[in-house]
Amino acid sequence: MKVNVLFFARSREIAGVSETVLELKAGATSQDLLESLLREYPLLKEITGSCVLALNQEYLAQDEAKALRDGDEVAVIPPISGG
Amino acid sequence: MASGAKQTLVEVVQEPLKLERYVDFVQDDGAGAIATFSGVTRDNFDGKRVVRLDYEAYAPMAEKKMLELCQAAHERWALKAAAIAHRVGEVCIGEASVVIAVSSAHRREALEACAWAIDELKATVPIWKKEVYEGGKVWKENADARQAMLAASQK
Repeated sequence: MKVNVLFFARSREIAGVSETVLELKAGATSQDLLESLLREYPLLKEITGSCVLALNQEYLAQDEAKALRDGDEVAVIPPISGG
Repeated sequence: MASGAKQTLVEVVQEPLKLERYVDFVQDDGAGAIATFSGVTRDNFDGKRVVRLDYEAYAPMAEKKMLELCQAAHERWALKAAAIAHRVGEVCIGEASVVIAVSSAHRREALEACAWAIDELKATVPIWKKEVYEGGKVWKENADARQAMLAASQK
């Protein structure tokens, strides 16, 4: 299945792109996606401790392994600083 | 721009924010109070001279979270209307990056909801600012950002 991944702020600068598409095995979870992201963009390791993922515009808890589906949108969310 | 069934307006925009647009939106003949908040770029931070702030948003999710925030405010206080707008891109000194307007029959509700809304926005809405100062740039982090805890607390 294909999952769209979006990067913002520092994660976007480190990844060097604002979005990408990851090909994952059926049944993959948000944790599998994170592992696959870190293989593709190893430099992201330096910030993953402070980032969370959002799945289809809802935050996931830090260690949450949520089942993904084809066409899902996952965003890498560094510490926010709006306002 | 997104509006809910309750009188609510939320938007993430590129262009300069005009307070009147949001005051007009929350204007209601039954409202005796309109409270507003404008968050404005300040020219210094920790002794550094700030030139501007560069804002970036996960716009669709930011609008969704701002809408949820307005709906929660409507549930918590007897409000006539609420509007929240956040700007993205370069925001120069003295310009507003965020504007909130809330109306209610009496002042207390509007004032409390307005103060609560900016705190919630800073803690939960996926928007980032990079501080551009003389001699460097840095991504800021809100001290009260709690997006990590948010998902866990909803379980």
